[in-house]
Amino acid sequence: MRIGVVTFPGSLDDGDAQRAVRLAGGEPVPLWHADSGDTLLHGLDGVILPGGFSYGDYLRCGAIARFSPVMGAIIPAAQAGLPVLGICNGFQVLCESHLLPGALVRNDHQQFLCRDQLLRIERTDTAWTSDFTPGQEVLIALKNGEGGYVADEATLDELEAEGRVVARYLEVNPNGSRRDIAGVSNARGNVVGLMPHPEHCVEAGFGPSLDGLPFFTSVLRQAVLA
Amino acid sequence: MGTVIVDVMPKPEILDPQGQAVGHALGKLGIDGFTEVRQGKRFALSVDGEVTEEALARAREAAERLLSNPVIEDVVSVRAEADA
Repeated sequence: MRIGVVTFPGSLDDGDAQRAVRLAGGEPVPLWHADSGDTLLHGLDGVILPGGFSYGDYLRCGAIARFSPVMGAIIPAAQAGLPVLGICNGFQVLCESHLLPGALVRNDHQQFLCRDQLLRIERTDTAWTSDFTPGQEVLIALKNGEGGYVADEATLDELEAEGRVVARYLEVNPNGSRRDIAGVSNARGNVVGLMPHPEHCVEAGFGPSLDGLPFFTSVLRQAVLA
Repeated sequence: MGTVIVDVMPKPEILDPQGQAVGHALGKLGIDGFTEVRQGKRFALSVDGEVTEEALARAREAAERLLSNPVIEDVVSVRAEADA
């Protein structure tokens, strides 16, 4: 099972995302932002867009990365059903790419925040959350400056009605996200964006839990079944 | 050389924490009386020669596709800069 992990200029968590894939039992395949071509994603069972500050967060978070050559290959593949997980900056890239609705804006309290965050996993029929049970509460590292999820009311209502809110913040809303939304998916469930960082919660002694691992085992299990 | 100016602002319904922080700082300086501060972006796109309708059209496309995100921002204006 091979999962591509993209490195943009300014990506920070690509190494941890690769490690999470490895600990889940898969083989991480590094992808570079300048890579392109029809065969780039052949043989891959999924792609992760990692956290960080791609292109220095210039213009808007994820706005420059969205037009990188590698995204030119990933966007049509995601539209065709390839599992894609965007974490933090990767979530921002997915929104800028219009693969997911909404946008991420500066935290309402204006500060960068790093904390262990309780979440509830609400959608478990996605490529990346099938190894959770519906309603499962998990503790996942969170670190962002622009993590406030916003969309217009009609879009938020549609996400709720279609069950596309993948994860919601519990106890504390850490960034002003509308309706406590921590992660959303596309209708099909192959594309998931998540503001917290499951790749930091996959190994005992590092991070607050092992609750991040099911995100990565889920996609590997789906690949076996496919 | 002509220049096209593109102004982008956060949508009115989107919280603008940067503008709020600037507003608070103004209050500390004693420069008060402003009921709200909102912060946007200005882009200056220069071209050889005068700004043509065609250059304005390309600037509008740039504004829609890259310079703004319609979910959170409005393109307030795309115009040729007045001669100095």
